[in-house]
Amino acid sequence: MIEIQDLGKWYGSVQVLKGCTTHVDKGEVVVVCGPSGSGKSTLIKCVNGLEPFQRGSILVNGVSVGAVGTDLPSLRARIGMVFQSFELFPHLSVLGNLTLAQRKVLGRNATEASARARALLDRVGLAAHAEKYPGQLSGGQQQRVAIARALAMDPVAMLFDEPTSALDPEMINEVLDVMTALAQDGMTMICVTHEMGFARRVAHRVVFMDQGEILEDRPSADFFGAPETDRARAFLSRILHH
Amino acid sequence: MQVWSWPGFFGYLGNTYLLGGAITTLWLTAISITAGLALGFALAMMRLSRNRAIAAPAFFYIWLFRGTPVLVQLIVIYTGLPQLGIRLSVVQSALLGLSLNEAAYLAEIVRAGILAVPAGQVNAARALGMRGPQVMRHVVLPQALRIIVPPLGNSVNGLLKTTSITSVISMEELLRRTQILIQQKFMVLELFAVAALYYLAMTTAWDFVQRRIERRFGRAYATAAAEVNHR
Ligand SMILES: Nc1ncnc2c1ncn2[C@@H]1O[C@H](COP(=O)(O)OP(=O)(O)OP(=O)(O)O)[C@@H](O)[C@H]1O
Ligand SMILES: [Mg+2]
Repeated sequence: MIEIQDLGKWYGSVQVLKGCTTHVDKGEVVVVCGPSGSGKSTLIKCVNGLEPFQRGSILVNGVSVGAVGTDLPSLRARIGMVFQSFELFPHLSVLGNLTLAQRKVLGRNATEASARARALLDRVGLAAHAEKYPGQLSGGQQQRVAIARALAMDPVAMLFDEPTSALDPEMINEVLDVMTALAQDGMTMICVTHEMGFARRVAHRVVFMDQGEILEDRPSADFFGAPETDRARAFLSRILHH
Repeated sequence: MQVWSWPGFFGYLGNTYLLGGAITTLWLTAISITAGLALGFALAMMRLSRNRAIAAPAFFYIWLFRGTPVLVQLIVIYTGLPQLGIRLSVVQSALLGLSLNEAAYLAEIVRAGILAVPAGQVNAARALGMRGPQVMRHVVLPQALRIIVPPLGNSVNGLLKTTSITSVISMEELLRRTQILIQQKFMVLELFAVAALYYLAMTTAWDFVQRRIERRFGRAYATAAAEVNHR
């Protein structure tokens, strides 16, 4: 479903992704972890073409992200993305957030769009909050709305960039529960996260990055059982014992 | 020279000739701010372009019109352009001068408003598959508007008074008509006091309208703030 081949990206003269190669099969959940600045966010932003890259290739459902003729907006419409800072549209109600792109991008009419939106709000446990504005919700609720907003586009895959790191501890689980349910429903997912409990329980594979390189890419049981590289071992011990 | 005359003052308070001048002031302001906003918006978009060939002319325009007095611009348009074969009426010159000048200021206000919308919002909209113009129309502009409205309101207030400058090219707005009456009746202070009251009435009425508009654009945020205070 997602094929990343020898990906290279530079910001000016600084190379931030170095020959990254990995793949995500349909229905697979891959957790990406690694130290701050290792290129995790950049990697997943390349997958939906939010960031351009200079070398290698990415195929999503057979569509080449970097190719000149690729219609990126319509590709992005089929890949959901969830951000660390939620990025709900503050001027729109929760319902407005969920229906805007359905109507403007997918061309659904208002009735269809809000029916889909309400069904998804129900699924993330926020049916009662449809008319509120994002500023009236807690962080955990906002992130669940953001997930529902991405799902409303009926994506073939979902990208998560540290969806719980901006949350108060007591709100982390409500978001992880939604993600876990999504994974169990067979959604294809790439999750940048440092929630190792979630990775252990839900991820099929773990990709460990450091300084722009993918150092490990293995089934999660193997990764947690016996990391191969010293850097992954050091990273894990830091993150598990802090 | 006579002393202050109350009957004179009250006599001119409801003067239809002066009221007509005030109405001219109002439509001069309304048309100039609308045209200025349209042009200012275009200039702001140009200045935000990464393409230098597009951004540079907008930068030059703003530099030129903000760096020279609007009085000079008006005189050049009315008395200078005919030399190039472009002959504009008084009304055309007044509207053109005020609009062109206002556009330069409004362009900067619009640009600042757009830049104040966090980049994450644009990314989120693009990640949903929205195209550039859709992102601008449905995500960036509505949020920028909330930031733009207060300084835009100040521009309207300023323009209500700046229209008086067009009296120098004999545009018959409030100040010009006041001066004409003064030349006939010699009641300098009384007539200027009436004119001042008219200007005050117009700016005060606008303040009221502006507050209502600001409340409307702040609605989503006002409820959010109330909720936070509530917790
Ligand atoms: N817009 C940019 N311009 C220049 N350099 C950038 C830009 N964005 C990111 N970088 C650099 O690219 C590198 C990778 O950044 P990235 O955000 O992908 O890391 P990350 O693994 O997501 O880190 P974190 O855990 O802190 O989110 C970092 O060194 C960062 O400084
Ligand atoms: Mg990151």
